Amino acid sequence: MASLINQAFKKAKSENRPALLTYTVAGDNTKKKSLEILKSISNYADICELGFPHNTPIADGGQIQTSAYRAINNGIKINDVFSVAKDFKKSKKTKPIILMGYYNMIFQYNENKFIEKCKNVKVDGLIVVDLPYPENKKFSNKCKRKGINFIQLVSPTTSPNRLKKIIKDSHDMIYYISMLSTTGGKLKVVPKKILERYSKIKNQNKSKNVVIGFGITEKTIKSLKKADGLVVGSAICKEISNSIKKRQNPVTNVTNIVKRLKKKIT
Amino acid sequence: MKLKKGISLIDQHDQNGFWGNKFGGSFIPETLKKPIEDLTNEFKKLRKDKKFIKKRNFYFKNYIGTPTSFVKLNNLSNHLGGAQIWAKVVSEANGGAHKIYNATVHALICKAMGKKYIVGDTGAGYAGKMLSMAAKKFGLKCKIFMGAKDIKRQKPNCDAMKKNGAEIVPVYSGSQTLVDAVSECMRYWVSNCDNTHMCVGSTVGPNIFVKICGWSTAQISRELKVQLKSKFKKIPNKIKLINCVGGGSSAYGFWSEFIDYDKKQIELIGVEAGGPKKSKLHAAPLSRGAKLGILHGAAAYCCQNNEGQINETESISAGLDYPSVSPIHCFLKDTKRARYTYATDEDALNAYQLVTKLENINPSLEPSHAFAEAIKIAPKLSKDTIIIVNSCGDAKKDRDILRERLGKK
Repeated sequence: MASLINQAFKKAKSENRPALLTYTVAGDNTKKKSLEILKSISNYADICELGFPHNTPIADGGQIQTSAYRAINNGIKINDVFSVAKDFKKSKKTKPIILMGYYNMIFQYNENKFIEKCKNVKVDGLIVVDLPYPENKKFSNKCKRKGINFIQLVSPTTSPNRLKKIIKDSHDMIYYISMLSTTGGKLKVVPKKILERYSKIKNQNKSKNVVIGFGITEKTIKSLKKADGLVVGSAICKEISNSIKKRQNPVTNVTNIVKRLKKKIT
Repeated sequence: MKLKKGISLIDQHDQNGFWGNKFGGSFIPETLKKPIEDLTNEFKKLRKDKKFIKKRNFYFKNYIGTPTSFVKLNNLSNHLGGAQIWAKVVSEANGGAHKIYNATVHALICKAMGKKYIVGDTGAGYAGKMLSMAAKKFGLKCKIFMGAKDIKRQKPNCDAMKKNGAEIVPVYSGSQTLVDAVSECMRYWVSNCDNTHMCVGSTVGPNIFVKICGWSTAQISRELKVQLKSKFKKIPNKIKLINCVGGGSSAYGFWSEFIDYDKKQIELIGVEAGGPKKSKLHAAPLSRGAKLGILHGAAAYCCQNNEGQINETESISAGLDYPSVSPIHCFLKDTKRARYTYATDEDALNAYQLVTKLENINPSLEPSHAFAEAIKIAPKLSKDTIIIVNSCGDAKKDRDILRERLGKK
């Protein structure tokens, strides 16, 4: 049977639009709130990425750092992250969820135990920012054996030869980083150029779902709608920060953003 | 886990970059794979290139001012009784610390790769100051990332960086010290790796940075070996090489030529930052049994909680105030070739006072940690034991802290 991730892309394709992927941090700003946010935005998002926060995130920009620090300061632990994922999947059985984070958290939890736990709470996929190919081969095979999608990242600096190998070893989804940047940077490459590179990846194996992330906001999302999927993270985390500042309900505000994002690509 | 003889320690890793199958590696975001691969290839080429070596040696001699002196500390030795205490006064190097070796080599590599911008992290400010000096010397644009707390406590070095035309980027995240500066510097490199070269200030970070830094500071032990032979006619039978360890670049540089010797003849002692006496916080992952973890692209012993969140550290010495340590020191620890211990803030301050009272050298708070250990063990050792301390930094930068803590200068 096709994975939920694959099904989500199929459904979006049948509606002639890219899949919308959101990223929020578990525990931002509390465990309860982050679950509420997740449940609410998943009415519009096709796939939900859930970050497990780390206090030394070397590839994240200010917005996601702020979310991660806020969650950690509010006491979120890795088992809380799993419980958020589990509760989410209880009510949204068919909505794919992808956990995303840094390798030290997995390493301290123990690789095998971590993957087992992911399986138990029905996590569909994993992104590990600082475990690149080919170092991630063993880990990604373990994931595959447990039916969990390990999502490979590729970037504008990935050489053609390396790209070929990564695609060959990838599972259902590949994450293309739009530009040289941390998360939340301003889109500094023209969409046409990004889509050109995207096509080069896509054309190597049409059965893989390729999503584009980094620098995607309400302003930029429409210009990239040719892709299989688009990831929005920092713009959402920023809205959570703003809502807290203005003493407004982040659930409503974030849901509204995701609604608008969806509308722009439909 | 075993050390190999006849091969430089920086080259004793496997094809994935791990020492002893366990320490090091390159845990990096995909975007940095290519720039790191390019840097790895360039370094491989350059270190075999006779012209490049000639250039390096030229600048080491004429710009850094090697060799730095090797002196006996007669008054301190007599005062303590027991072992003879010597110092390798690396703080005589241009700029006042060993960081100039790594900075100079990185600037030369940056030039060779045709990049015009160079960025680096700094804790005590020495790595930043030296990189700004080297950048100025070789006509490169330079940005230095530094924790906001460190900017406050190491003002003299910040002034020097600015004078050299470097931009200091203050880092306000986390504990606002070296760990955050390194993270922010790496983030900057992720975003600008197409035209910018990154210098990691110590033997930490992804594999290649450990190698380049170790290759650069190894100059210290090459000099010492010659100096030992000329003072003693041969390498003496009982030597103890004592060095402070933060990231571990000066310690590796001080020891590299001597790792193949039997530890009964040459003992290697690393001294980490134990932090304030009454504080639970410290920056001593090796000597206080921290678990293996991944930080800034490398697997190494690292101060962290059960979950893998990196702990805040505390030390009077900004240069040692780092939660992790070089993978090559983890390797030296687990193979039992080196012994690691720690000194508290108070130990270091006491050592600083005693050394500066008796001798005409002015070690910064980092090597004062090493002197603390020397002072502790010297009285118990025989007269024919030679203790050598790497006085790897000058205390000028610590002016404000020393005034506050000791009420003088």
